[in-house]
Amino acid sequence: MNWLRRAISTNPRKDRDAAVYWFLVVFAVLFPLFAIVISGGSPSFWLSFMADGGVYMLLALGLNVVVGFAGLLDLGYAAFFAIGAYTYAFLASNHLEVTPLQTSAHVPFWIVLFVALFVAAAFGVMLGAPTLRLRGDYLAIVTLGFGEIVPRVFKNAAVWTSGVNGISALDTPQLPFWIQGPWSGDSFAFVTNLKIFDPLGYYVIMCLLLLLAIILVRNLQHSRMGRAWAAIREDEVAAAAMGVNTVQAKLLAFAIGASVSGFAGTFYGAKLSLVSPENFTFVVSITVLVMVVLGGMGNIPGVLSGSLLLYWVTFWLLPGLPETATNIANSFGLTSLTHTSGDFPGIGEYISRLKFLIFGLILVVTMLVRPQGLVPSRERQQELTKGTKDDTIIEDIQAEVG
Amino acid sequence: MGAVGESIRHRRSDFRAGLTGRILDVGLYVLIGFFVILLGTKIGDHGPGYFQQILFFALANGAIYALIALGYTMVYGIIELINFAHGDVFAFGAFLSASLMGVFGLSEGMTWGPFTILQLLAVFVVTMLACAALNVGIERIAYRPLRHAPRLAPLITAIGVSFFLEGAMFLWKGPSNVHYPDVLPSGAGVDALGAHIDIKAITDWVVAIVLVVSLSLFTDRTRLGKAMRATAQDRDAAQLMGIDINRTIAATFFIGALLAGAGGIMYGLSYNTSVFDLGFSAGLVAFTAAVFGGIGNIYGAAIGGLVLGMIQSFWDGYFDSAWTQVIIFTILILVLVFRPTGILGMRVPEK
Repeated sequence: MNWLRRAISTNPRKDRDAAVYWFLVVFAVLFPLFAIVISGGSPSFWLSFMADGGVYMLLALGLNVVVGFAGLLDLGYAAFFAIGAYTYAFLASNHLEVTPLQTSAHVPFWIVLFVALFVAAAFGVMLGAPTLRLRGDYLAIVTLGFGEIVPRVFKNAAVWTSGVNGISALDTPQLPFWIQGPWSGDSFAFVTNLKIFDPLGYYVIMCLLLLLAIILVRNLQHSRMGRAWAAIREDEVAAAAMGVNTVQAKLLAFAIGASVSGFAGTFYGAKLSLVSPENFTFVVSITVLVMVVLGGMGNIPGVLSGSLLLYWVTFWLLPGLPETATNIANSFGLTSLTHTSGDFPGIGEYISRLKFLIFGLILVVTMLVRPQGLVPSRERQQELTKGTKDDTIIEDIQAEVG
Repeated sequence: MGAVGESIRHRRSDFRAGLTGRILDVGLYVLIGFFVILLGTKIGDHGPGYFQQILFFALANGAIYALIALGYTMVYGIIELINFAHGDVFAFGAFLSASLMGVFGLSEGMTWGPFTILQLLAVFVVTMLACAALNVGIERIAYRPLRHAPRLAPLITAIGVSFFLEGAMFLWKGPSNVHYPDVLPSGAGVDALGAHIDIKAITDWVVAIVLVVSLSLFTDRTRLGKAMRATAQDRDAAQLMGIDINRTIAATFFIGALLAGAGGIMYGLSYNTSVFDLGFSAGLVAFTAAVFGGIGNIYGAAIGGLVLGMIQSFWDGYFDSAWTQVIIFTILILVLVFRPTGILGMRVPEK
């Protein structure tokens, strides 16, 4: 409970990380109320939207262990996400009946959460064990390849996964038996028939999962293993010379990153009640990586805020832009802009074609303005100051001479 | 010779001597043997000439990948950046040249003469220069300011630029496949080895060979080529020796995009279609090729491109094409497991 006491006693004005944590906690608690207010009494859409956002936050948190802590570039992170989701799909639906196994399994959501965690971690180890000897970007390529293979296998092995159609009608999570009882009737809005249908239920579960993951990852970061990761990230040779078992540490980072992703995958499958190979493409891996780097690699509050912000931009702001533009054009009386005329497809359609372009611009500009990320870790910030890297010294010399 | 930054890389045998190294090498040979036998069991399934036809097609396909892979490998060799935008520069080359064909008076089904070859050459030159200018601009705006930033920052801008270019091409030509004018004389070609070699394949081979040979002459023989090798080897030391780093890196991007632009035209001429996100899938395979050959190594990239093109075409021709990408990436992972620095790669020293 030490960290809790520290968290309460720190001054948010001085400690930016604590401020972000506090903001997130307040945001998480107040969001349902806020959603009720802005939607006029039916907050389902917003709660569901944020629960999906939580999936990305979880993914970013897990990738941060690999990329931010241990400094291993993973370009195929969505593969583990897919593995987690498909684990739930196999273990908690009628689907296995139509596969050669011909018997279905219905394991409760809460158990699959941890099964998927271990399955994803096992795949992480399987991929990592032979390839972690590779340095730097070669590892990135292996993960990229793995990220391309996994969704394609799910897509092509139609006998087992029903291919492009994916697996649908997954079980709805039920509350664990020790919560069931006379108190869990209709008076609880999100518990209907002991099953979780209401988005508020998913929202609450996501908040709890996130809390759990944050505590775990935070503790890891400040543990012996976390220091070993930092050492490897900064200089692998020096770390090995100091007695760090680099292979073991890297493997563990890989496995832990994968397991968080498996966690997220299970939740994602359960909430959507459908898994399809199209949901786990390279774009997902890239989006999560961008979230991590944009937020501030290696810094948990940074990664959380980065993922929240980028989720909002990619899933609400950009898809909503065409409509907004049409409305603005209408309100200014420029109705001619909103209709198709000749080559011009109308402003709404035009803006929706611009989406890719705008997203690319956002990425480039934010990185140029703030290459260290929105909320960088203190250590990283100090590393980036002048004089700590040979490159910059040479520039200094050049400036003095020339 | 020829490899950007080759001299810093010791020969593979230095660190892979010993039992483990030999076991891993054997593993690689077993893998190759397995693939060849698998192919051998299928060759009888089709009529005569089928194998040769696929082979010619595969070599042309590989030539295109090789040209794209060269750009990846050069940029990686010199600034250790996976230039995600490179594939989109290639796609831009395909799009631009499709429009230029008409401008330079080339159309489908036209009669061919010496002058038409000059026209096609003009299309090549203009497209390649435009792609090169684009790539240098990208480097100037998106990568150069981040040269001292954390390593992942330029990677993210590269992804951003890639999205931007795809978005721009989406705006330009829309979401669906775009027809590419089929200007080469249709059906022309040479009959050899029991099959018909199409003029398209011959064009691909000729262009690729000319470009790869001139590239290797360039890096080996010219001052700028020497500067590029020096910069790849040690940027700070090169700078202290009076090499203009920015100019050298810009030149690398320039040359890489020249090749990608040519690859774009070759792709268009061969397949007569193009789409706004063509650069993504082609770029992924080409990048795989660069890694396969040993990233940073020019000949490695050329051979890697050729090999991957062949794997792709043979698998498409003899097996289920839905699994082609899976096979390509599985081979990539296995190659990296058995020979971590690629087929021709040298060891990168631990800094």
